[in-house]
Amino acid sequence: MRISAGATLALALLTAAPPAFAGGEDVVVEDAWSRASIGTSRPGAAYMTLRNTGDEPVVVTGLSTDLAMMPMIHATATDEQGVSRMTHMEELEIPAGEVVALAPGGLHLMLMDLQRPMVEGESFSLTVDFSDGESISVEVPIRGMAARGPAD
Amino acid sequence: MQRRRFLIYGVAGIGAIAATLGIGWWQVDGPGADAQVGKRPLPLSEMSFRLTDHEGKPVGPQTLLGRASLIFFGFTYCPEVCPTTLSDISVWLDWLGEDATDLNVVLITVDPERDTVEALAEYVGYFHPAIRGWTGTTLQVDQATRDFRVRYEKMPMEGGGYTMNHTSGVFLFDADGRHVSIIDYHEPREFALPKIRRAMDEETKGAT
Repeated sequence: MRISAGATLALALLTAAPPAFAGGEDVVVEDAWSRASIGTSRPGAAYMTLRNTGDEPVVVTGLSTDLAMMPMIHATATDEQGVSRMTHMEELEIPAGEVVALAPGGLHLMLMDLQRPMVEGESFSLTVDFSDGESISVEVPIRGMAARGPAD
Repeated sequence: MQRRRFLIYGVAGIGAIAATLGIGWWQVDGPGADAQVGKRPLPLSEMSFRLTDHEGKPVGPQTLLGRASLIFFGFTYCPEVCPTTLSDISVWLDWLGEDATDLNVVLITVDPERDTVEALAEYVGYFHPAIRGWTGTTLQVDQATRDFRVRYEKMPMEGGGYTMNHTSGVFLFDADGRHVSIIDYHEPREFALPKIRRAMDEETKGAT
């Protein structure tokens, strides 16, 4: 039996499970976290692990949150001269049965045009859209500005 | 007809070569010259930059002599690389414990337009207390990047504003201002501490 994303989310919320929500067909989001911001003028960053439990590749095609007008996936690339730059990923494919980690130093969610400050201890809701039309909602906890991982 | 077309291609080709050479000149010797590529920072004693720290005090290379230094370039509007580097450094400093007081730890901004003394003071306040923030005028920051052989460029962002691409490694100097090594952004964190210890040991060697 396949449970809808909404039902799964509701069930997860009801049972107060750790922040892991199945949906978007077969994608599970784990260890979502973000860093607190100073005010709203600087972009925020968020991280998570996307696990594709299905037999087909899944493509993330969009993000939305009321926290930021322009949430986007960025990759940090460092060239041979040690210069780091970020590239915007329009889409992110998660191969069948694989895990894509958005973690400091690599892929991350960049939250541009913050609508409110990101305050440590609070959280925000993020919707991830997939190419098959499914989408899942994730509650992303906000850690300290110097946090290095979901448990900080 | 055939010959004429050949001629046109020929002229276009010469134009392209001339343009390429022009661009080449601009990048190699002209205003776009990038002297930093592949070069190590100067010894601190040969640097000439002048900046202001996050408490408004004048600082320069001499400020760093006498203790080992950990210097990196960044900007406070940086969402990813800089907070990650600063939180990494905060952890290294925690590992060093009291020895951390024997180190200069400085973030030099590549975005003086937005990183005023006040903005830097607020920003570094969120990380380890040993971390200092240095800024200046655009010309002063340019001088610092030349001294350190750091590269940076301003990149407009879709949706407005801009971000900075910049050299992301952490430079280590010994107490005499000699460049000892670089901790690369993607280097495993456990490699960092031995490098820092080595820079600090050079200090002891220099002192004896």
